Amino acid sequence: MSPGDLLAIAERIVDQAVANEEIEVACSHGRSTTIRAYEGEVESLTTAETHAIGVRVLADGREGFASAGTLDHDVVTDMLAEARDNARFSQTDPHVGIAQPDGVEAVDIDLWRDGVEATPNQDKIDLALELERRVRSADDRITGVRVAAYGDSVGAFALASTAGITASTRATSSSVSVQALALDGERTQTGYAYDGAREPADLDLDRVVDRAVSQTVDLLGSTKPKTATVDLVLDPHLAATVLGLVAGTLTGDRVLKGRSPFVDRVGETVAATGLSFSDDPTDLRSMGADSHDGEGLACRPVPLVEDGVLKGFLHDSYTGRRSGHGSTGSAVRGTRGLPSPGLHALAVRPGAGTLDELIAGVDLGLLVFTLAGLHSGVNPVSGDFSVGVEGRMIRNGQLAEPVNECTIASTLQRLLLDITAIGGEVVHLPSGVSTPPVVIGGVALSGAA
Amino acid sequence: MALSGGGTFAEVFAEDVQRGSGHFDDGRIESLASSRDRGVGIRVVADQSTGFAHTADLTERGLLAAARAAADAARRSGETTAAVDLETVGTSPGRVAIRPADIDKATKVDLLQRADEVARSSDEAISQVSARYADSRRRILVANSDGVLSGDDQTRTMFSVSCVASGDAGLQTGAETVGLSVGWELFDRYDVEDLARRAARRALTKLQARPAPSGTLPVVIGPGSGGVLFHEACGHGLEADLVKKGASAFAGRLGTQVASPLVTLVDDGTMDDEWGRYAIDDEGNPARRNVLIEDGILVDYMWDGLRARADGRPSSGNGRRQSYRHLPMVRMTNTYLAGGETDPTDIVASVEHGVYVARLGGGQVNTASGDFVFGMVEAYMIEGGKITAPLREGQLIGNGPKVLQQIEAVGNDFAMGPPGTCGKDGQGVPVGDGVPTLKVAELTIGGTAGAGAP
Repeated sequence: MSPGDLLAIAERIVDQAVANEEIEVACSHGRSTTIRAYEGEVESLTTAETHAIGVRVLADGREGFASAGTLDHDVVTDMLAEARDNARFSQTDPHVGIAQPDGVEAVDIDLWRDGVEATPNQDKIDLALELERRVRSADDRITGVRVAAYGDSVGAFALASTAGITASTRATSSSVSVQALALDGERTQTGYAYDGAREPADLDLDRVVDRAVSQTVDLLGSTKPKTATVDLVLDPHLAATVLGLVAGTLTGDRVLKGRSPFVDRVGETVAATGLSFSDDPTDLRSMGADSHDGEGLACRPVPLVEDGVLKGFLHDSYTGRRSGHGSTGSAVRGTRGLPSPGLHALAVRPGAGTLDELIAGVDLGLLVFTLAGLHSGVNPVSGDFSVGVEGRMIRNGQLAEPVNECTIASTLQRLLLDITAIGGEVVHLPSGVSTPPVVIGGVALSGAA
Repeated sequence: MALSGGGTFAEVFAEDVQRGSGHFDDGRIESLASSRDRGVGIRVVADQSTGFAHTADLTERGLLAAARAAADAARRSGETTAAVDLETVGTSPGRVAIRPADIDKATKVDLLQRADEVARSSDEAISQVSARYADSRRRILVANSDGVLSGDDQTRTMFSVSCVASGDAGLQTGAETVGLSVGWELFDRYDVEDLARRAARRALTKLQARPAPSGTLPVVIGPGSGGVLFHEACGHGLEADLVKKGASAFAGRLGTQVASPLVTLVDDGTMDDEWGRYAIDDEGNPARRNVLIEDGILVDYMWDGLRARADGRPSSGNGRRQSYRHLPMVRMTNTYLAGGETDPTDIVASVEHGVYVARLGGGQVNTASGDFVFGMVEAYMIEGGKITAPLREGQLIGNGPKVLQQIEAVGNDFAMGPPGTCGKDGQGVPVGDGVPTLKVAELTIGGTAGAGAP
């Protein structure tokens, strides 16, 4: 279905609004292909078509929501009735409501590439098979590949509301991922790598193969390190993970509800001097780029931390109204869920130096390969941070022995303040985050006594 | 149509799911939501290649198009036409006394409000409360070219309340979650006010907490929520798909001693009312009680239809999928370490200096290496055989196969833990787990205090 078809469905429901009723409808349609290769064969090929609709109704300051995984007329009609019914039992809130147009002009961003639809399935199969073959043959120590996968999707999205907002877009994406295995005595070591782009031709298979292999074999012979205080070196993938966790606490809903360690700290120094980051969906180079947010407002750059000082928070229309700051165009949503403020395209400003130069500058440190247990080990309310880690020790500026079965502990607040170096090479990751490598000084590493 | 491309196995999976949820946060109803999903997934297997297509278009045309797409995806040489006699497999859907859809929304909202009021009034330090209920009814129908025709009607209801307490040392959180494969009668078994008080008390206790130690210490895990450790650290490694790919630390170890003789590990999809219960799995096979490790000896893995067929054995009823949009794979149901003989107070008394984990949070495991990490959501020091000071959150880290060998005591106080959602390859399914009190000789604890004497 085209964005226009979806918009027509959304507008048809919006047109059913009665007096003093606000309605916002989001619709989407997608087609996807997933191919998994295993031992030189296609393990599975999945083709999928999904439809979705989400209906938000506001009446007398009360909000109700309903969603469905089909655009069948009978179900769609039921969903409007369900959303109205849910609103009836909700509570009045003066700030609740759909987004109102705010005059910000949307940047024109084309997220569509023809390559996904133009590439025959056989070529996509070959890509998955090639990825598996290359990882297996890249190094004698690689003993297997758990899975090598190719996936892509084409999708269309439309949103309409009684406030007169209409937005529609279409987008493509494609990705490859692989998990390599290597025997290490009785143990099996694994390494994972992936890449994502708007079409298959832009996927960097060489980089994925190199990373999957090096992440696996460079950890062979890992032992538990001694408990120590170390400098953490995070390559862009890991820096994106850690800084993404911090930036994820800078949302209007967390702040208004007292659930962020950064409540009431705008204008204060919360990070090391030299650290600046923003959410910038208008940067075309980011995979998180978009013209409109999840409520149909124009996406715009939102400064979060500037030279170590907290500048503000991400808002959707609800938290924008309630805080008095207005929406920053930061609503994120799936079609099936209510919008909430969140990150689209986190962008960290580069400093200077390559990853190798950052490593060379560290006396006793750890180059992090994986962080494990992030969803249980990071408390976004208190900021407590304690996660499992694997990587290579750094001694006198040189990479040394691989380590595992250890944890690092700090707080999100401390991690920001303890950044001691920011690299110069920004990588635009498939997750939408764009960041250089960073070094965080003086972190507690727990291992053997 | 699905077998027209030469497939050896074809399956149609139809699903209709209705969900309702309410979320109360920050002193108000944040959202009341409903959802509906229905569709069909069609799977065709030729040799070891699987073709899969799904559609929400339930017209004959839509279904045939999906069947054709799945057949094309699994295409091999030759054509097959197969007439299949479908035979209905008897099932016993869970008993539901009160359908959640029949409960007035005002009643549901009232539960949330009561939880909020009680939690807030329990102490001035409680600065934020959120409460949530979610109910679902999932009806499935499976038909396949082996002649199976089977259906199930699965209802689940859950409730959770989470509190933030503010103190001089910052914010701390505490939560309580219950969920069963039952209807609204869940609230005849659990009192939401009691749950709210318990969540508030957890958050308040942690305000007084000191940093968790760092280093290697003996650990006593309390009954209930510690089951997630065995789900993650051992259960995943016993899933036949991972075993067959060499991505399990338990591959090739059937019949050998993989755990302390005190350990009996069971996966049981038939446990009455438990969160991971069902009558049939998502391939139409009846749920079963499967003993995985018995007195420390590895007895069997868990199997879905695909992996079982390749090995010439029956499925163990562990073929599950998140929805009709997903391929089934080997998944756990209710996984638990069976109770032992020892009095739990004797277990704590046997530890001179260690950590008592009353509640474990989520975790993550690398099934290939067996390495895991888990969050300690509620933990205390053990000093001189007694539980003493509360600890701030920290991570437990270890290796599944090693921990199984290092279990030194198993209590007689078995309990199931809170309901969980297990993620694997991007699919989430409801699971239960449980343990009695047990003692692990040593685990690495990642806290911010020094090792030994915090």
